[in-house]
Amino acid sequence: MTAADAHSSPASPDARAAQNASPSPAPPASGAPPAGGRAPGPSGGRRGAARLGAARETGVLLALLLLVAGTTLANSRFLSAQSVKDILLGAAVMVVLAAGQTLVVVTRNIDLSVGSVLGLAAFATGKLFVAQPGAPLPLALLVGLALGAACGLLNGALIAAARVPALVITLGTLYVFRGLDHSWASGEQINAADMPHGFLDFGTATVLGVPVLALIAAAVLLAVGVFLGSYRTGRELYAIGSEPTAARLSGIRVGRRVFLAFVISGALAGLAGVLHAARFGTVDATVGTGMELQVVAAVVVGGVAIFGGSGTAYGAALGALLLTTIGSALTVLRVDPFWQQAVDGGLILAAICLDRVLALRGTRRARAKEAPHGA
Amino acid sequence: MPLRSVRIPRIPRTPHSPRGPRRAAAPGRAARLGVAALAACALLATAACSGTTREDGESDRDAGAGASSTATADPNAPLAEDLAVAFLPKQVNNPYFTVADEGGHAAVEEFGGEYKEVGPSEASASSQVSYLNTLAQQHTDVIVTSANDPNAVCGALNSARSAGARVVTFDSDASPECRDLFVNQATAEDIARTQIELIAEEIGGSGQIAILSATPNATNQNAWIELMQQELEKPEYAGIELVTVAYGNDEDEKSFQETQGLLSSYPDLAGIISPTTVGLAAAARYLSGSEYGGRVALTGLGTPDQMREFVHDGTVAQFALWDPADLGYLAAYAGAALASGQITGAEGETFTAGELGEYTIGADGEIVLGPPTIFTADNIDDYAF
Repeated sequence: MTAADAHSSPASPDARAAQNASPSPAPPASGAPPAGGRAPGPSGGRRGAARLGAARETGVLLALLLLVAGTTLANSRFLSAQSVKDILLGAAVMVVLAAGQTLVVVTRNIDLSVGSVLGLAAFATGKLFVAQPGAPLPLALLVGLALGAACGLLNGALIAAARVPALVITLGTLYVFRGLDHSWASGEQINAADMPHGFLDFGTATVLGVPVLALIAAAVLLAVGVFLGSYRTGRELYAIGSEPTAARLSGIRVGRRVFLAFVISGALAGLAGVLHAARFGTVDATVGTGMELQVVAAVVVGGVAIFGGSGTAYGAALGALLLTTIGSALTVLRVDPFWQQAVDGGLILAAICLDRVLALRGTRRARAKEAPHGA
Repeated sequence: MPLRSVRIPRIPRTPHSPRGPRRAAAPGRAARLGVAALAACALLATAACSGTTREDGESDRDAGAGASSTATADPNAPLAEDLAVAFLPKQVNNPYFTVADEGGHAAVEEFGGEYKEVGPSEASASSQVSYLNTLAQQHTDVIVTSANDPNAVCGALNSARSAGARVVTFDSDASPECRDLFVNQATAEDIARTQIELIAEEIGGSGQIAILSATPNATNQNAWIELMQQELEKPEYAGIELVTVAYGNDEDEKSFQETQGLLSSYPDLAGIISPTTVGLAAAARYLSGSEYGGRVALTGLGTPDQMREFVHDGTVAQFALWDPADLGYLAAYAGAALASGQITGAEGETFTAGELGEYTIGADGEIVLGPPTIFTADNIDDYAF
């Protein structure tokens, strides 16, 4: 991908991609539905959609700020340097996963295997250090990325070959990868003492008070965000999610793009596995079990439409940060443990409602503004 | 069920053979079959043959009681050779059970039996039942299991027992009427007392402490916590205040968050007890990477391998656990002693568990491994599990 492919301006998620893809062969005229036909009105909705996109993230951000403010009022130590560092560290792994998941979800697919891929990569990292205690850190990161990409490759290939919904395929590979992990580990646990100090320090190190893991997550987020927002391939992912048929008719190579999204999602899950190993220092075959649902929750809370076509990686990252902060806040507020899960779920619903209200208001205002023009 | 097909036995091992019991079938096998079959029948005589003479329609409870009361214990009986011993843990691929089962494997090798480990990859009672049924059909002599649910596996355990198997539970007991013996890792009182002693020593006898447990519904955790609270009421612990119990659900991330929450919510917290291996390792990892490391004492139940790093870097001074390998070892010997007629499972009977020495059966067929081992920087490197 060269810079020449990049669109100069960040476009609205929904409508624009299909339009911009038209340099490729025009759709056959006879009887073909117009490209982007079902995407929100290509003629007038551009600005409205942009506002909507903005409102989605501001909604989550507002929920996050409210939560932090409320918790800090109850316990001022919630905003101490250590506590903020802890929250950033906690969110780092989830943000990396959420960025990858966003790529898949905007194409109207889902990757449920990420928890297992993370577990497999975390265990591989541990194994690498047991076998080669002096292995350099970049090698570990590369191994994680490569292993994750291989898993993503398998997901993508199966989806392309079998033409079965990704939900089903990745539900299958969720168990396949976990099973591989179990048979590889066969009950073994790799502990902090088995890993080199350099690697464990990497899990807790900070630069100017910001954890290194969080910086890596931020870099990944930025890369995915720019890719989705400004690169042609990224925009095409939105077009695919908005209306796969239209995207195909307008010349987008849908299969290839979806395949790519799964490979990247797998690779990022692999990277997240290495970060997870560095952070917790203990890995066995159960690492990351159930994480896929948390990631999907984070992505949806962050305003990425589960049926594809809209949302940003930044929003998903905010969602991940919000969920992590909810978890921390509940413990700081000493919520009764029997109620924690219910409160957790309630707060997620509240965040989604707030986001929805803001989004609706945004659209209404945008419509009101457009009305005089249209008349 | 008057006659059953006799399990095709393994070739009896010579006592000092260094090789494992899984030897390839030799040409002479057929010739030895008759002898071996006789041996196997004698071996099953106490359990299986007595079972087959009972009237149908007896309740499970009677079946259990009958199996142990028809035979009388012969403390001097030699351990039978060629016993088929199966370990059925809560879950295979769980490091704790892997170590425990390996301890059992070592014991089975010592007394020349045939060892195998089977089990589900997820810790559920229903999947244990199907394994139990298979083991019963294979006429396993001794089943050593850790129950995922005390009652749900009862029916399967009892049908295995009426098929001739002796059932020893370890780690997690099944209902007493559906097993012969329970090998308890340590009494709950010992576990609670040890941890309170450790934390009191760490924090110098006074201050605020908190407990980081597994899930709010974990039976054994809650029993220990209750006993710890009782222990703290003793006058010598008057200066120690248990401020709260947090639950890390045995997940790394959640345990991290709970530890963070404890430290933010209780600025004067002096120590944390985590009676669960996942919680203890996660709390130690958190403390070692935060500003609280060394300022807040941490102890609990953990494995030496998991805690080695944190003991050496000073985050944790001491913690406790039983040796799971010893637990499996003792359970295997208890099963062999049962199957050989040395014991019947009645209170007060004694038997020798290899290098661990002599054990006495307590009330309800319970055997206690012993008080927990304390691990410190001085001895932790002597252990590998």
